[in-house]
Amino acid sequence: MGKVLLINDLDKDGIATLAGYKANGGYTALEKALKMKQEDVVEEVKKSGLRGRGGAGFPTGMKWSFIAKPPGVPRHLVCNADESEPGTFKDRFLMEKKPHILIEGMIISSFALGANLSYIYIRGEMMYVYHILEKAIQEAYDAGLLGKNIMGSGYDLDLFVHCGAGAYICGEETALIESLEGKRGNPRIKPPFPAVKGAWDRPTVVNNVETIAAVVPIVNMGGDEYAKIGIGKSTGTKLISASGHINKPGVYEIELGVPVEEFIYSDKYCGGIRNGKKMKAVVAGGSSVPILPTELILKTSKGEPRLMTYESLSDGGFLTGTMLGSGGFIVMDEDTSIVKNLWNFTRFYHHESCGQCSPCREGTGWMEKVLHKFLDGHATMSDIDLLWDIQGKIEGKTICPLGEAAAWPVAAAIRHFRPEFEEYVKSGKNMKDVKHYYRLNNLQPV
Amino acid sequence: MSSNTNIKFSAEALDLCNKIMKRYPEGKHKSAILPILHIAQAEFGGWLSAPVMDYVATILRIQPIEVYEVASFYSMFNLKPVGKCVIEVCRTGPCWLMGAEDLVKFIEKKLNIKEGQTTTDGMFTLKTVECLASCGTAPMMQVGEKYHENLTFEKCEQILQDYKTKGEQVSHWRKERITNQSDIKK
Repeated sequence: MGKVLLINDLDKDGIATLAGYKANGGYTALEKALKMKQEDVVEEVKKSGLRGRGGAGFPTGMKWSFIAKPPGVPRHLVCNADESEPGTFKDRFLMEKKPHILIEGMIISSFALGANLSYIYIRGEMMYVYHILEKAIQEAYDAGLLGKNIMGSGYDLDLFVHCGAGAYICGEETALIESLEGKRGNPRIKPPFPAVKGAWDRPTVVNNVETIAAVVPIVNMGGDEYAKIGIGKSTGTKLISASGHINKPGVYEIELGVPVEEFIYSDKYCGGIRNGKKMKAVVAGGSSVPILPTELILKTSKGEPRLMTYESLSDGGFLTGTMLGSGGFIVMDEDTSIVKNLWNFTRFYHHESCGQCSPCREGTGWMEKVLHKFLDGHATMSDIDLLWDIQGKIEGKTICPLGEAAAWPVAAAIRHFRPEFEEYVKSGKNMKDVKHYYRLNNLQPV
Repeated sequence: MSSNTNIKFSAEALDLCNKIMKRYPEGKHKSAILPILHIAQAEFGGWLSAPVMDYVATILRIQPIEVYEVASFYSMFNLKPVGKCVIEVCRTGPCWLMGAEDLVKFIEKKLNIKEGQTTTDGMFTLKTVECLASCGTAPMMQVGEKYHENLTFEKCEQILQDYKTKGEQVSHWRKERITNQSDIKK
């Protein structure tokens, strides 16, 4: 345990520049890949067992092998840097600190897919990172790592950054493609999948920043070696964004398989709960995944220690488990109101629903309103069942997974914290005076 | 199309737009709409009026409605006038857990405005926004492209004071944007 592959050398001088990145072994994977056959690079990624790091965890090599190759039709690779899932900030961190690992990964991956024109779609709010990437790409062009005949291999690639303008939904791959085409970010009905008909109706692969970056160590060490890191089908390392009421929030690269308890309490990672408080709940993989109370996040329902892997976190299904998701690890202490936190998340999904599908457009709004009744102190017991009913009518009934993303947190909060909802109902108007949200640290009341 | 001849990009901005449009396959230059709207917002006082959007449509050689429907979808585009500095406080999940609600109240009190409003001197507009991927350094706010993280009331007050002293318009888009000059053929 303890391998670090992506952010092992952030303390090295000038690692954000081409010279600094190269001095620390950068672009050796590209050199190696360009001497291989395209399909052999895909094969290495398949062997590595790498799974999409954006949230869905779909095997990357398999996604690549689905790309259609009609003769004469250009193919594209688009990197999804629209990181917007509440609790997730690893991609911003990686791009800011080490932009060239993403660019090297983009060149290798584009080569493997036979794409000659690729894009990095970054969310508009991260405009300063857009600059960092622009600069790094220019460095790569100047050094002959992009453009015509890269490193004398005969392979040509143009790579550009494209910025969004504020829309969570554009992290969904077909919405991202619509947005890249200059339209509203409304997800498309699938099939056809982007691998067949993506950007400008051409075969397109969309991969998360961390997924693309992971291709670099995979090519360097070989797929088989990479697959030895981690546990079972959770191979390799994962960037975890740790936030909330912990002593050491930040981005940590873990070898998949670290026990959750160690991740939260060890000084190597989160360093325990701040202010000597007890932990109440954890949202383990970004705001959309089910929230779990302390006892279920530390141990599975069978009493086994839960590990930071795709399988262990989802052990027990949604009844007692959750998901690794994007690795947005939000920790809440004993003073946190689960009901108010849920209202906050639900308001977010209502705000971010693109409005195409009625269950999501209307349902998220209704859930927000009903949750507001709890906070205002005039909810009734039947409102808990009403919430349960609405979330069930969104899940699985929308074009894209935003519906599920909005429904799952509601279902999990009721499943695991129903007594807290009942307490809000019983306290009625008195709830208005209850301190059910957090005060900014060490500061006088406003 | 717009007949308002006062609305025109600077030569520099226009050059930038042309470069950006060339980054997409031939005939697919509509893809440049988001970056060009960012430029337009920076050029014309931080917001997009209907004549400005019409002008963007002429640059992209598309119908104005295609610009309106896009501009109204994305939260970074202001369709009403804003102050020189738009303060965007993250209110989602982890930032809320770390006190974003209090931070908003604090700024409201300091600037004597409510969320969504602009100060009478036209200096500040206060907006609350959704997760800005800065959860580990919460609470935070963004002003222009700058992230102000790990905020306390004192830090926040100092930041507001600094912007007020400078008195400049702050936008997400910076002038020296595009460094990469390569054109693609097809």
